[in-house]
Amino acid sequence: MMLDYETLKLIWWALVVFLLVGFTVTDGFDLGVGTLLPWLGRTDEERRVMLNVVGPTWEGNQVWLVTAAAALFAAWPLVYGAAFSLLYPVLMIALFGLFLRPVGFDYRSKLADPRWRSAWDWGLFLGGTIPALVFGLAIGTLFTGLPFRFDNTLRVIREGGPGELLSGFGFFSALLALSLFTLHGAARLSGKAGGTVGERARQVVLWLGPVTTLLFALGGLWLARLDGWRIVGEIDTGAVLTPLMKDVVRAPGAWLDNFRRGLWPIPLVGLLAPLLTALAIWRRWPLLGFWLSSLTGAAIIGSAAIALFPFVLPSTLDPASSLTLWDAVSSQRTLGTMLLVVGLFMPLILAYTGWVYRVMRGPVTVEHIRRDAHGMY
Amino acid sequence: MLPPDDVVALSRLQFGATAMFHFLFVPLTIGLSWILVICEAVYVMTGREVYKDMTRFWGKLFGINFAMGVTTGMTLEFQFGTNWAYYSHYVGDIFGVPLAIEGLMAFFLESTFVGLFFFGWNRLSKVQHLAVTFLVALGSNLSALWILIANGWMQNPVGAEFNYVTMRMELQSLAAVFFNPVAQVKFVHTVAAGYVTASMFVLGVSAFYLLKARDTGFAIRSFAIAAGFGLLSTLSVIVLGDESGYATGEVQKVKLAAIESEWETHPAPAAFTVIGLPNQEAERTDYALRIPYVLGLIATRSLDRPVIGLKDLRAQHAERIRRGMLAYAALTRLQAGDLSAKPEFERYREDLGFGLLLKRYTPRVVDATEAQIAAAANDTIPKVAPLFWSFRIMVGLGLLFLFIFAASFWFLVRRKLAPQRWLLKLAVLSIPLPWVAAELGWFVAEYGRQPWTISGILPTHLSASTASTGQLYFSLGGLVAMYLLLFVVEMYLMLKYIRLGPASLHTGRYDGETAPAAA
Repeated sequence: MMLDYETLKLIWWALVVFLLVGFTVTDGFDLGVGTLLPWLGRTDEERRVMLNVVGPTWEGNQVWLVTAAAALFAAWPLVYGAAFSLLYPVLMIALFGLFLRPVGFDYRSKLADPRWRSAWDWGLFLGGTIPALVFGLAIGTLFTGLPFRFDNTLRVIREGGPGELLSGFGFFSALLALSLFTLHGAARLSGKAGGTVGERARQVVLWLGPVTTLLFALGGLWLARLDGWRIVGEIDTGAVLTPLMKDVVRAPGAWLDNFRRGLWPIPLVGLLAPLLTALAIWRRWPLLGFWLSSLTGAAIIGSAAIALFPFVLPSTLDPASSLTLWDAVSSQRTLGTMLLVVGLFMPLILAYTGWVYRVMRGPVTVEHIRRDAHGMY
Repeated sequence: MLPPDDVVALSRLQFGATAMFHFLFVPLTIGLSWILVICEAVYVMTGREVYKDMTRFWGKLFGINFAMGVTTGMTLEFQFGTNWAYYSHYVGDIFGVPLAIEGLMAFFLESTFVGLFFFGWNRLSKVQHLAVTFLVALGSNLSALWILIANGWMQNPVGAEFNYVTMRMELQSLAAVFFNPVAQVKFVHTVAAGYVTASMFVLGVSAFYLLKARDTGFAIRSFAIAAGFGLLSTLSVIVLGDESGYATGEVQKVKLAAIESEWETHPAPAAFTVIGLPNQEAERTDYALRIPYVLGLIATRSLDRPVIGLKDLRAQHAERIRRGMLAYAALTRLQAGDLSAKPEFERYREDLGFGLLLKRYTPRVVDATEAQIAAAANDTIPKVAPLFWSFRIMVGLGLLFLFIFAASFWFLVRRKLAPQRWLLKLAVLSIPLPWVAAELGWFVAEYGRQPWTISGILPTHLSASTASTGQLYFSLGGLVAMYLLLFVVEMYLMLKYIRLGPASLHTGRYDGETAPAAA
């Protein structure tokens, strides 16, 4: 039943994109609610409403991030090692932000002291905002490349100071990610949070929808002017390869190559979906709005992945060392084995996650909080 | 372009410290989740509210601890990439697999249902909620299984082969990785240690309520469950033990010899050194008290196989280093496209890792001098005293736990627990001890693995990322600051809720909460 290596490589590219979309669609709104927490919740009870909208499910959602990282480790070990070690300082900052969430959710309402609660509210704000920014920064940085090359033992050698990691486009992507996650969080709240909080979240969607469209459009224009990477000559995509076995050049606008093959509809969805999210929320169809903001996330991540294809981590220092989905992957046996595991467990995960959401369905209101003041977050 | 020694040392310090810190929270999660299942199962069967309250109260403490486990676990996953990039490249093909399976099979399960455990009481039937609690316990234990399979592979790397084209280890058999005897023994030993930790926690906290004569009915039932579960768990920790894994794999042989301070190979069956003073300089054990035959029996489960001493292991390693140089020379030729080097490489590939030990002394490996070979061979012999003592303290604590649980069980069954205030006090004082034992156990396992990250395959000094010391000081500083802060907060909440006791559930059934309601 073993698939050929080339197909497996492609499937794993799609699976990594799928896991990142899974993270954006699920944990994305948890991060967004964190960002919105101090602004939309004006009283303690309103903030507790917001926390309890995501409280029962955020923990499972975060596993999408953990699993995406682990899948990267198993399927693309070179990407995992290179990207994580090159982006060391920013990833550490993201980690410090992520630390604040598990404890923030669980500990905040365990003491009544208002200073304690306010401190955790800001902790959860940082825990939502910092990872969103770093996620965007990391994705954006892939388009401008990182300063590394491989030696003949395939060790990542890095040259240049920390300043070379950061690019204007990276910071711009960070803003886009923040806007995307906040929109998603607000869309979720407008359906799940009762009363004034839900109404305020609705207002946020109405203006963040167009903002997200605008940022994504600007990003596309910026991308057209950036130098992209392009493989020259033929490579045997079905063979066992190392990153040093190809020739690569940089060319302006090369990141848009793939869209010219009839893939324009995907970024087009990325442009329209945020507007439609705002429209649906304006017409008070919160569930449709939530699915549209999920679609926004999927289309934006998908567009980024397609633009980079087949690259996953380009190098500025030595373009030939750039990592692609053809040469940064695990062995055929590992990809095949892992595909079986994913095929077995992913449907199960989706099924029980769906069940948990169904059990916890319905809005959260201030009355719920008052009724179970010691049990809820 | 190898990472400098101080980068390797700082990376080791950071990984060791964050892993040990993470393991302050893991054992309680692993064990307490089953105690919650037991309490709730009794509730479902008997319908008595006190068992529901027990599930909810111990569940609150579980939640406070669980949050820290999740927080500190993420650091470890990130660090393989950030700090050990070459390790990730070299073994990701195998090592990444159990980690990814852990996410898909275990962590998703545990994390998706843990929210329902806390928020599902009024939305699920009794049996449904019990099933949710069970799935949380199952998830956390399966999570331990896959992490320990990953770790067991680092100790005894089976089911993998080196590929000279991709310059890394590649998976040959997932079944071999899964059924790795070292991994299986480690899993049983580690989860059972988690059950002991949780049992001692519940036993000690319940003993505290009994000593104060508050919530006696609640406390005695909790105490009984902890005593029974703890007794069974301690027996399995001791009986199944870790010993049977020691004879398997290269690093395990070194560890065994170091733990037992066996410098020389003695004729089988070897004597067991109960206590003594390991003397690293002179390579002997001073003032040793030995029991004949016992070590041979424990370590080899036989009367005729010898336990190889450290001096002989070092001599064997020097030989393997010499063969490793030949493997490295052949590999260099293969990389340059000279396929005629293949038979030569096949012949010595088993010892390539030993050749890589020389990289610390000479980047070209093949030109190593006798002195460099001797130095590299010496690196494979750990400092004996830390392993010797850590192991003995761990075992001593295990015997103490057995006594506490057995005595608790005995007096409980004979209904004479209340007068035994000494035992209740001992249980309270012993609450932190299982953590000490667990940390020492990990210390023995990991410190005893040096100088390897992957036993016999990849030396630690090659595994690290080529990072700068500035980055490492930044991350170490940040981690220490965040962890200290969060630890203080966690301990404060833990102690506060322990002091509040079941009254924190606000059911109106427990001591210390009726007064405000009546007023």
